Amino acid sequence: MSKRKAYYASKIKRATHMLFYKRHKKPGVKGWELRKALGSDYSKVLKILDDYLKGMDLQVKTVFEEEKQVEKPSLEQLDRARFCITLRGDLTPKETKMIGWRIDDLAGLAIAISHIISKRGKAPRKEVEELLRDKLPGWKVGINIDRYIRYGYLTQDESEQLYLDWRTRVEVDQKALVDLLLRSENKVQ
Amino acid sequence: MQSKRERERIGREKLQRIIETCKSISGRSLDPFLVDVKENISIAKEYLPEWEIPEDLCLDAETIHQIASVIKLQSEWVRHRSTSLYTDPFLLQEKLARLPKEQVIETFLKAWHPTIELEQISLHSLAEAVRYWEGLLPLKERWKEFSSAETERGLATREELVQQRILREKAFSEELDIFWQQLKEKVKERGAEGKIQYWDFVGAETYEETVDRAFMTSFLITYGYATLEIHPLEEEIFIKPHEKPETKISNKQLISIPIAVAVEDWARWKRGELK
Repeated sequence: MSKRKAYYASKIKRATHMLFYKRHKKPGVKGWELRKALGSDYSKVLKILDDYLKGMDLQVKTVFEEEKQVEKPSLEQLDRARFCITLRGDLTPKETKMIGWRIDDLAGLAIAISHIISKRGKAPRKEVEELLRDKLPGWKVGINIDRYIRYGYLTQDESEQLYLDWRTRVEVDQKALVDLLLRSENKVQ
Repeated sequence: MQSKRERERIGREKLQRIIETCKSISGRSLDPFLVDVKENISIAKEYLPEWEIPEDLCLDAETIHQIASVIKLQSEWVRHRSTSLYTDPFLLQEKLARLPKEQVIETFLKAWHPTIELEQISLHSLAEAVRYWEGLLPLKERWKEFSSAETERGLATREELVQQRILREKAFSEELDIFWQQLKEKVKERGAEGKIQYWDFVGAETYEETVDRAFMTSFLITYGYATLEIHPLEEEIFIKPHEKPETKISNKQLISIPIAVAVEDWARWKRGELK
């Protein structure tokens, strides 16, 4: 193995440990932590790791502090960004049970997220509760919303407005979700 | 024809209504186009020549500020509608209601890429934990230094409790009565028009005694033995004793008045700088 290859192999190992294992309350690692551990060329290390992970249907996901995806991030933006490992492809409904989600709870999350997206990223909690109450038992609605908040999918301010939180930004392709929902309606019709 | 006063009153009400509407639009994320900006600006413009006092001019400025916030929301709304993420919420709501749960799940799963995270014990962390355990002192030894010295239990006399300020020497009502008499005497000696300056009555040789007197005075007022007279502009507070305690509940709304009795205030009073 060439010296250069060995250098990157050891960096990739270190990055794998940092990204896969839970270090903080929130999953993932901040850019500045990676820079400290892997050196200033950590983006390159992550790019190589991402190529390795492709075969396993995983990916290195970058979530910027800014709500929108950044095209050409600056070093500072990368330092503040969060890096996580997520699934590259998608799960089947059967597989979701394996990761601890009941179909009802996941449907509720899907509806809450898509409703908030359609309301420009902010919707009153009561409105979302009303929407969920249509198909979920009343006693479960509040519990579910609290659970989505606890997991980091949604967040709530003091005036009971719901917003999308960091986890939705990491895990959900918002545009694809809305497009797919609209298209699946066409199928029903 | 409307009098000037009446017109001002109506104008104020209209501006208040505009402010409330704009606030509820931005607070509850309603459609900002529900506000007729042109109409609201013309109302503000119509009443502007009427305003003379600063409060009314502030109200006018607040109205314009709130209308400007709604215009900002309108521009954001338009910008959002032009992006690819825009979907009519009603349309989406309607569609979500019609879709069966299974189909919502299927759709969501195509856009959801859950995070991978692991929690696993490793040989290294086990070895680290064993080293920590070996160095850890037994609880008996660690807690030894915190054990408190044993004290013997015994009986305390009433005098001792009074000395430690756990009990008061006299019954509270009796003490309050004596304090009321003191107030009346002081008003006769040093007061004018049946009242005395708050600090002249409450102030004492030591700070502790002053706090104690302020505490008792608060009960004199609460139980209707005396009343407070406050002159906000002169920053003066007077205590006025009643001839008989007023136990009747008046129709007026009762209010609490906080009076700070800080060491600095007491020191200023001692130096004669505080009335």
